[in-house]
Amino acid sequence: MKSMEVARLTDQGELKRFMQTLLERSPAQQTEVMLTEWDSALTRFANNGIHQNVAERNVNVRVRAVKDGKTGVASINQMNEAAAADVLKRAVAIADLQPKSEVVPVPGPAPVRPVEAWSDATAAATPEERADFVEAICVQAGRAGLKAFGAFSTSAGQLAIANSLGVFHHQHSTQAIVNSVVMGDAGSGYADRGAIDVSELDKNELASEVIDKAQRNQNARPVEPGDYEVILEEYAVAEMLEFMSFMGFSALAAQEERSFMRLGEKITGQQVSIWDDGLDRTGLPAAFDFEGVPKQRVDLITRGVASGLVYDMQTATRAGRQSTGHGLPAPNTEGPFAVNLFMQPGTTAKAELVSDIKRGIWVTRFWYVRIVHPKASIITGMTREGTFLIENGRITRPVKDLRFTQSILAALDGTVALSRTTKLQIGEYLGATRVPALRLKAFTFTS
Amino acid sequence: MKDLADAALNAAQLKGASYADVRLDERIQQDITVKNGQLAAVSDDASEGLGVRVLVDGAWGFAGSARLDKDEVGEVVGRAIRIARASARARTVPVDLGPPVTSRGRYRTPVERDPFSVPLSEKVELLLRADQAMGSVKGVTIREGSMEFIRQKKIFASTDGAFTEQELFESGAGIEATATSPEEVQNRSYPNSFGRHQGAGGYEYVTALQLDRHGQRIGEEAVALLSAPQCPSGVKTLILDASQVALQVHESCGHPTELDRVFGMEAAYAGTSFMTPEKLNHLRYGSPRVTITADALTPTGLGTFGWDDEGVPAQRSFLIQEGLFVGYLTSRETASVLGQQSNGTMRADGWNRIPLIRMTNVSLQPGDATLEQMIAETKDGVYMETNRSWSIDDKRLNFQFGTQLAYEIVDGKRGRMFKNATYAGITPEFWNSCDAVAGTSEWRVWGLANCGKGQPPQVAHVAHGAAPARFQNVKVGILK
Repeated sequence: MKSMEVARLTDQGELKRFMQTLLERSPAQQTEVMLTEWDSALTRFANNGIHQNVAERNVNVRVRAVKDGKTGVASINQMNEAAAADVLKRAVAIADLQPKSEVVPVPGPAPVRPVEAWSDATAAATPEERADFVEAICVQAGRAGLKAFGAFSTSAGQLAIANSLGVFHHQHSTQAIVNSVVMGDAGSGYADRGAIDVSELDKNELASEVIDKAQRNQNARPVEPGDYEVILEEYAVAEMLEFMSFMGFSALAAQEERSFMRLGEKITGQQVSIWDDGLDRTGLPAAFDFEGVPKQRVDLITRGVASGLVYDMQTATRAGRQSTGHGLPAPNTEGPFAVNLFMQPGTTAKAELVSDIKRGIWVTRFWYVRIVHPKASIITGMTREGTFLIENGRITRPVKDLRFTQSILAALDGTVALSRTTKLQIGEYLGATRVPALRLKAFTFTS
Repeated sequence: MKDLADAALNAAQLKGASYADVRLDERIQQDITVKNGQLAAVSDDASEGLGVRVLVDGAWGFAGSARLDKDEVGEVVGRAIRIARASARARTVPVDLGPPVTSRGRYRTPVERDPFSVPLSEKVELLLRADQAMGSVKGVTIREGSMEFIRQKKIFASTDGAFTEQELFESGAGIEATATSPEEVQNRSYPNSFGRHQGAGGYEYVTALQLDRHGQRIGEEAVALLSAPQCPSGVKTLILDASQVALQVHESCGHPTELDRVFGMEAAYAGTSFMTPEKLNHLRYGSPRVTITADALTPTGLGTFGWDDEGVPAQRSFLIQEGLFVGYLTSRETASVLGQQSNGTMRADGWNRIPLIRMTNVSLQPGDATLEQMIAETKDGVYMETNRSWSIDDKRLNFQFGTQLAYEIVDGKRGRMFKNATYAGITPEFWNSCDAVAGTSEWRVWGLANCGKGQPPQVAHVAHGAAPARFQNVKVGILK
């Protein structure tokens, strides 16, 4: 029965032949073909039962054609003879019809270090297995007099890039992600897990965390807004880093003077080191970027000092240097993006981070974070599903969710301690972030 | 295509589905971006496929595939059925869809000029003219303009007997000027933020925007903002331009009246709602000047169509009537829980997604004031225009918005320009403080093509009719 449900992906050889045919038929001077294919499923639950349950198989063939200093991009979600002819024709027609513009160079061949991002178990996950996993959370929540909500997804896919300079890179990958909110009559808790291998996800451990959080977060009372010492759990820290990546780690943001990064200057506390590494197998590894450039590790903040930026082909060409392998699919006006972020852990046990805080706030996660002032790295958002008051070194009670408006750099400048353990947070759309929990000296809650 | 739809429905019934529907969807999208005087990106993306939704043993299953042939249809239906059976193992109450929906017919967005027949050169030239206008202002460091055009053909068929065919068009465009200093990044955009202003229509929608006539103004405003004083903190009278009112309606009325959120179906992702059923017909949501409708018949609205993705006809209903909370956005499944019938708001982000309750055109009805009159009546206030940042809690109560531009209002007159303006509030308190809404001459339909919801994530294109409005005793100037 299980074999019926194994992810259906095109054989790598067939995929390569299809892409080579496209390249050979292209009348453009330079052509790039990016192919993504995926087979994914997601089981969603609410009020202790499954209410949505979906699956899809899809493919995207994206062609970038460069002709006489002009670039056209077209895509199609079919992989057959007619689709190949159609997508190539449209890409070339777009190039033909436009004025000359800056051309983003196509990279030449370069060795890629293979990474392991595939799990047979994830690719073969069945709807029954997802239902069993979900049911276990719902049953445990129900026994505790609570209601469980969430989603459990498993997916398998492949990404291949080929271009007319001879590049061909290919990678298979899988992901399994589960998140859950558990609610009581007067409060809720949150937990999530993500992995390449679905068998690493422990339903009982997840249920235990989220139910415990929900039980502790009942009947929250408000606290006065203001500046508090905080503990940010990994969920919140990962989101903060993702916003740093969005606002400041890109070479384009720096070239356009939008970034908060001041290279060579101290911008956070000395305990803070952040880097991007697509090759680290403890993250969500990727061997190459969406332009076909091998991934390089980039140190972004090293012991508090702004130390690097990520580049794609366009920003690297402008800067007269090499791409670091952080390009997005063409056509891209957003610039490069750091999507494999890591933060250096500390030496403190997570539970000990509160130990000598006189009065502070424990934050489980953030919600609806938005940029208020990019250059000052100021964001706003709410806390959600587990905000607690810390008094004299211990959590004393839940508090109503708070709105924060805070400069990330200023917050990190007050880093007091980092947990010695880290957690992998898989992004909603792209990449993953591995971070510790943080203790920060001051965080501004505005309402 | 009809053959494939029939094959899917037959196969689903033979395999035990008590209800099934199928959507065949073909979509083409063109995006054009001009940046700093250069054509930065042109792309042309095509996607087609089918999605099959089945009810088995009172539980849902869905599967979709890009391959459109009969063998694949059989595979997709089999997968959807198996998924539904797995759902049934852990369902709570069986799904009740209420009365059958048997719509039949065709709908096409009214279009004067098919955007896909307009030469690329014409589109690029318009963007370059607007770019040049922004570039004429010293101090503008980044100029960007974009257009987007979408044509979607979709067929919906169900075992209830519904069969509808629709061809929907969207056209949109916008420009943005950015000025930077060592301390600041300031943007001004036209006609709206979020990249562009989009509507259901043809290329005429884009030409009517007259992008090139606004480039210089927004460039000058972006540069002026760099040296403008920070918006001061305080509790003041707040006047919002129509586009910011539109976003305020979206976040604080559109989302909390989605009945799936109310029932917890989005609890682990987008959140829930403070507008729970016991408040229906009781909650004084806003002042008597506040009437908000959901209307899928509004011309040029991104939420305008013939039928939703359950085959329910497009219609108009009240959410807020003279301040009173009177209605939800509903689906067949959620409406039946309240003993109602769906008001037709289920839409999917393509063939590979299930439909969810999405806003159609959720609009604040015009009042009888004018913007100038509202300013003239204000002693101590702030006028804010064009969204810059937006954030609201998971129950849609506690919000904070920032705008690109603001002016102080002193003794009935517009005064200094402010930068980094923000305001914050609690939804019912805010709408109850609304004491004026501008009239029809300043009322306009604003398209939002970036509304996120659901797992796996979906993006909906929705719209909001709105006019400038005034609010009393609002906390402004959150930044220190």
